[in-house]
Amino acid sequence: MRSVGLKRPASLGAFLLLAVAVAWLAVVIVLPLISVFAEALRKGVGEYLEAFRDPDAQAAIRLTLLVAGICVPLNAVFGLAAAWAVAKFDFRGKGFLLTLIDLPFSISPVISGLVWVLLFGANGWFGPALEAAGIRIIFTVSALVLATLLVTLPFVARELIPLMAEQGADEETAAVTLGAGGWTTFTRVTLPNVKWALLYGVLLCTARAMGEFGAVSVVSGHIRGKTNTMPLHVEVLYNEYDFVGAFAVASLLAGLALVTLALKTGLEWRYAGELSAGRRH
Amino acid sequence: MSLSVENVSKRFGRFAALDRVSLAAVDGEFLALLGPSGSGKTSLLRVLAGLSRPDEGRVLFGGEDFLRLSPRERRVGMVFQHYALFRHMTVADNVAFGLKVRPRRDRPPGTEIAARVKRLLALVQLEGLDKRYPAQLSGGQRQRVALARALAIEPRMLLLDEPFGALDAKVRRELRRWLRQIHDETGVTTVFVTHDQEEAMDLADRVVVLNAGRVEQIGRPAELQAAPATAFVFDFLGDSNRLPCKVVDGHAMFDGGFSAPALGPVRDAPHAVARFRPHEVDLAVEGGVPVTITHLSARGALIRAECQAEDGALFEVDLLRDATPGSLAAGAKVRLRPRRVFVFAEAAAT
Repeated sequence: MRSVGLKRPASLGAFLLLAVAVAWLAVVIVLPLISVFAEALRKGVGEYLEAFRDPDAQAAIRLTLLVAGICVPLNAVFGLAAAWAVAKFDFRGKGFLLTLIDLPFSISPVISGLVWVLLFGANGWFGPALEAAGIRIIFTVSALVLATLLVTLPFVARELIPLMAEQGADEETAAVTLGAGGWTTFTRVTLPNVKWALLYGVLLCTARAMGEFGAVSVVSGHIRGKTNTMPLHVEVLYNEYDFVGAFAVASLLAGLALVTLALKTGLEWRYAGELSAGRRH
Repeated sequence: MSLSVENVSKRFGRFAALDRVSLAAVDGEFLALLGPSGSGKTSLLRVLAGLSRPDEGRVLFGGEDFLRLSPRERRVGMVFQHYALFRHMTVADNVAFGLKVRPRRDRPPGTEIAARVKRLLALVQLEGLDKRYPAQLSGGQRQRVALARALAIEPRMLLLDEPFGALDAKVRRELRRWLRQIHDETGVTTVFVTHDQEEAMDLADRVVVLNAGRVEQIGRPAELQAAPATAFVFDFLGDSNRLPCKVVDGHAMFDGGFSAPALGPVRDAPHAVARFRPHEVDLAVEGGVPVTITHLSARGALIRAECQAEDGALFEVDLLRDATPGSLAAGAKVRLRPRRVFVFAEAAAT
């Protein structure tokens, strides 16, 4: 699809620029992606599949799906609630709330992991009290969920806020005067108007939840078969020189990312008008 | 059913959106709330709809305390300036919405809903468009869908918030006539918000003129024209010329030794401002305000003359085209003499 006002590159300079851009993309994105699959399949398909028969690898996949399965719905609900509050109401501290929602974008994932250690670790604020009660958080699945929740918090909210702000509260007001209650108004008016943007946000959130490394690395403790998610498992295998195993799991992650990308592109192409204009990612 | 608003006040911080507003409408009346933006007309409409609560005052509808009812219990139909149609629903689903969201025991069966939607679309002259989406309709069509949607719940009262504000002049006039017709057919008590005095005068049985959250005057359109209560009402309802005068026994005396009968509340005042309409002015040979015509424009049967006095004051005069000498042109020096004027208490003058 070509845009109005754009023409085919005619001059040598334009061709050179284009060539540089393509070469750059090939080196920085395409080549590494190919190498992941190439490395994974180097010793044949049999060996590749063997890597997934490893119980630790299976545990890592299950754990990743579990963490994403908990975090994505929670952050979808939070994102909807936050976007609804910000877009449909005026209140003090709205700007502050928006900044808070953006915070996980701007801080390093390592910090997002470390704060939980500072709160719940053995020497953390609540650590001793929890220890006394027999509750462990750091180095368990709970910590992985908390860290992932923090990192993926903005994705759904950020997708919905510009769209809902643009739509305003007129339709909801009309629904109320027509006799609809709060829940009916939400499910029949608000939700259908944002469904594609919501799905888009959920996709981005899922991709990040499955791929997050830094924050979960800090709180995981790297217990094989227990607290290793897929990205962490890749690192462990790689450090043990099990390249086929590492790249096999990595290829699965990359495949998930590619599927997400395809879905996302499909959504953008099909429902461009119903997604928010203020794209950031 | 009759509506009664008693001493309703609503503040936003230090700003009084409504300041002890009282008004009443009889069953089936068409009432217009007229005022500039910020005068409180939309705030009042939202109070009637149950979308906001007043700080003080009472609202009675058919003798019932309306403020104790939720929006859905009030069963009022509301039409918004920007239509507020559900963009993801077809025209038919929009109209049916108010019926479909009723609790099961009050909900009419599907066939009856469909029949009622069909009837309403016929009433608003949109037969055959039931499968369209709002984005596929013109502004005028959208507002008709919005009206059909509001009428579908068989409202006890219809509230319209500048419904024609976003439409062009020709469609406005057309819809205005048509709205009045629908009102006469359904007989539902209607409150209509507008800042367009022509629209209010044309449509309403009675007009409530609002200014800065207060009621300036309530009356039938002809009453407001014949006897405006305040300077604000006079200025808002039409073009207005002003000239300083003194008032003696119901007569306005002007510098230059001429006078005109003074209507309005002020009978005697040493310093006052006389107000008069452009069409209530004669061109005089002597006795009158000496002015220079700066611009002439044709307006159907009238010619509008813009004039400037020596002290810079501007006047607008409407002359009958047939009674105006053809020699009259920009630059001509004439004298203006108001046939009658209104004089209001100075405190209210702006």
